[in-house]
Amino acid sequence: MTAAMATVREQDPIYDQQPGKGRLVVKMRSVTKVFSNGTLALSNMSMDIGAGEFVSLLGPSGCGKSTALRIIAGLGRPSSGTIDWPSSRINSRGLPEGDVGFVFQEPTLMPWQTVFGNVFLPLRLQGKTKAGSRERIMETLAMVGLADFANAYPRELSGGMKMRVSIARALITGPKLLLMDEPFAALDEITRQKLNDDVRRLWQRSGVTVIFVTHSVYEATYLSNRIVVMRARPGEVYRDLAMPEAEERDVHFRSSEEFQASSALVSRTLLEAISVGGADHE
Amino acid sequence: MNDLSRIEKGTPVASSEAGTDSAVAVLIPRTSLSEKLLRIVMPFAVLGTVVAIWHAIVVINNLPPYILPSPPRVIQALIEDWGTLWPAMMITTKITFMALALALIGGVGFAIFLVQSKWVELAFYPIAVILQVTPIIAIAPLILIYAPSTQAALLICAFLVAFFPILSNMVQGLKSVDHNLLNLFELYGASRWQTLLYLKLPASQPYFMAGLRIGGGLALIAAVVAEFAAGSAGAESGLAFRLLESQFRLNIPRLFAALILLSLLGIAIFAVTTLISWLALHRWHESSVRREN
Repeated sequence: MTAAMATVREQDPIYDQQPGKGRLVVKMRSVTKVFSNGTLALSNMSMDIGAGEFVSLLGPSGCGKSTALRIIAGLGRPSSGTIDWPSSRINSRGLPEGDVGFVFQEPTLMPWQTVFGNVFLPLRLQGKTKAGSRERIMETLAMVGLADFANAYPRELSGGMKMRVSIARALITGPKLLLMDEPFAALDEITRQKLNDDVRRLWQRSGVTVIFVTHSVYEATYLSNRIVVMRARPGEVYRDLAMPEAEERDVHFRSSEEFQASSALVSRTLLEAISVGGADHE
Repeated sequence: MNDLSRIEKGTPVASSEAGTDSAVAVLIPRTSLSEKLLRIVMPFAVLGTVVAIWHAIVVINNLPPYILPSPPRVIQALIEDWGTLWPAMMITTKITFMALALALIGGVGFAIFLVQSKWVELAFYPIAVILQVTPIIAIAPLILIYAPSTQAALLICAFLVAFFPILSNMVQGLKSVDHNLLNLFELYGASRWQTLLYLKLPASQPYFMAGLRIGGGLALIAAVVAEFAAGSAGAESGLAFRLLESQFRLNIPRLFAALILLSLLGIAIFAVTTLISWLALHRWHESSVRREN
């Protein structure tokens, strides 16, 4: 256990730490979100995300992790506090332009469009032509292993394949920031593991910054360099944990002591977060 | 591709071979030829039987043609009175399709207008409902007074009736767009126009098609009912007037002939709207996808 503690640095308070690998991509300061029905979804959240980080937001349901992700995406403004994207060009609406890719919990594909059409969408909205984007779309589809399915309709695909299309669509603009909101929660374990590997590989090769919302301790530990544990009622950051630096994450990593120790620590932290965060958690 | 340019061209990061998520679209087995034939033959056989029974009743009971004409008599009337019936049918067809076209343009346009803001909808929707729930036959005399010609009056009546189902379906469709997709469009900074064109309109296609099919049927009914109310006469009269006229003259075979033409027109409208709906939806929408369990 002591060995584990050495590799896993526990940091507190959360926002005074060094900001990941490089430039800041996201800067949140005292962000609070109150919904119109009076629910305090997110309370006083401060967080820095550096370029190239793989951060997981982990917590029980109702801890505001999805709300935080939406605010980072620029969907919905914070009720108070500030959010900034220091490395992005900010457009007239005060949002980062074309720098954010979002993967929802459901694949969220347009059923009337083919796989190609769905991946083309972000470029189409930027005013690009279909012919001019073809090569880029096919490349991205090849990257997620769907090169042969460009002309298929979403309903003809399995759940995992739809999710891949969704990931391809998020990546097509070459975003600095990839936001994933419990993307694989509805998939079976085997598919999920495979997609986790794929996402990790995509991240390693492209250097994109990933913020990954999940409620699975193992998924978070397996994927991330850093885990932000959140607690519910009100939703807030409980702990910010740095994860092992292990580059290769595969079957061996899964069975390694390092992984076991890390996930044990994360589990423990999550349990603490739940018990501290109010006894009424389901 | 900015950040992604470091990825080697076309190298699959994901392995698509094997694994649980690489199911290929399943081939749908074709229906056998005999089943296909049966599908066509069956309805005609039933129809033929009904006509045969009709004929038998007339012959056995020795019914006079002014009470119930036999099928051959109706066919005969159809051929003999073709010169009167065909132009009348053209008029009714023209009114129905013009009304339907106007209702489509008006219904879709008004629906787009209504969903622009909550206040617009609050202010204008009741008017549309009032127009709908008032029985059209009751407004017909008024319309007849104001409209420049009977044709125009019929057109307005048929339009009013067909308009509402298209409007209400379209409003429903435009409001039922997947919320996450709306978020996605917002995320990519899509303009109102882009959101309408690439998301809201395509997403409401199934609703539009339902409205089209209902509206098509109703437009014909309204065209007939309005003509009954208008009681138009002369060269510009439609099938409904010919029907009434035949009744007054006790020319029942011709009445039946007109009825058959009306019903053929109804079938044609149904077939066309169903075909359009199938063409638009069969690749992606559950309602038009063949399922086998």
